[in-house]
Amino acid sequence: MGVTTMHGRQIHVDSEGFLTEYDEWDEDLAKVLAQNIGIELTDEHMAVIRFLRRDFRTQGETATTRRVQTAGGVSTKEQFVLFPKKPAKKMAYIAGLPKPHGCV
Amino acid sequence: MTTTADVLVPRFDDDVDTDRKIAIICSKGNLDMAYPGLILANAALGEGVQTHLFFTFWGFDIITTSRMNDLKFTPVGNTATHMPMGITPLPGVTGMATHQLKQSIEALGVPPVPEFLEQIVAAGGHLWACRLSADMNHLRDVDLYEGVEGIISASDFIEKTAGAQLLFI
Repeated sequence: MGVTTMHGRQIHVDSEGFLTEYDEWDEDLAKVLAQNIGIELTDEHMAVIRFLRRDFRTQGETATTRRVQTAGGVSTKEQFVLFPKKPAKKMAYIAGLPKPHGCV
Repeated sequence: MTTTADVLVPRFDDDVDTDRKIAIICSKGNLDMAYPGLILANAALGEGVQTHLFFTFWGFDIITTSRMNDLKFTPVGNTATHMPMGITPLPGVTGMATHQLKQSIEALGVPPVPEFLEQIVAAGGHLWACRLSADMNHLRDVDLYEGVEGIISASDFIEKTAGAQLLFI
């Protein structure tokens, strides 16, 4: 658990770098987070990110790949296109949420 | 928009040429034993690992279209179910156990087998059918789930999985 500096302010992160405070995130920070891992955000990316944020609020945990498909309407294939190789983790990071813990 | 040099960013190792490969041999046809392979394959794919599933022997049922929707779970002989073994072969017990297992699985948001295979293929997983099992059951490509890439022999499997981590279920 620590703090890192991004976008001109102190952000609380865990030992890997994922954000730990829900309210420290905003859409501008998302762009920075995406840049950190080499992703350029498009409207499509943002639609998924916004779903993850909303869903976290209601579910209390980060959506898994499957939930993003069934509840978020974004196919697994599309998720792998938008966030290559490790979609679940990358989406969570950019959305300022913890890594998903669900198994599917 | 600048970031300072000490920004802590998770390592996703995208630029690391990861040749990590995993092959999972699915040899069981009961519903409970169909899941471990699928769940691990899905997890591996989510971590960017090249994943191959090889369906053989009883596991062939998982990719046979006429059977994949109808896999069953029985407590017979399975002491881990904590049931008295004497009652497990009674009529209706397998049906009930299968029903309960399906409900538990669904309650956790885990998909039924065909849908799970779909997700695995969509995530880049490779499905292979065992030639010997196909021959034994007199089945061909047309009898198999469309996502199966091919019916291959044991030698083909050994070739395909050079350097891969192997898991036998």
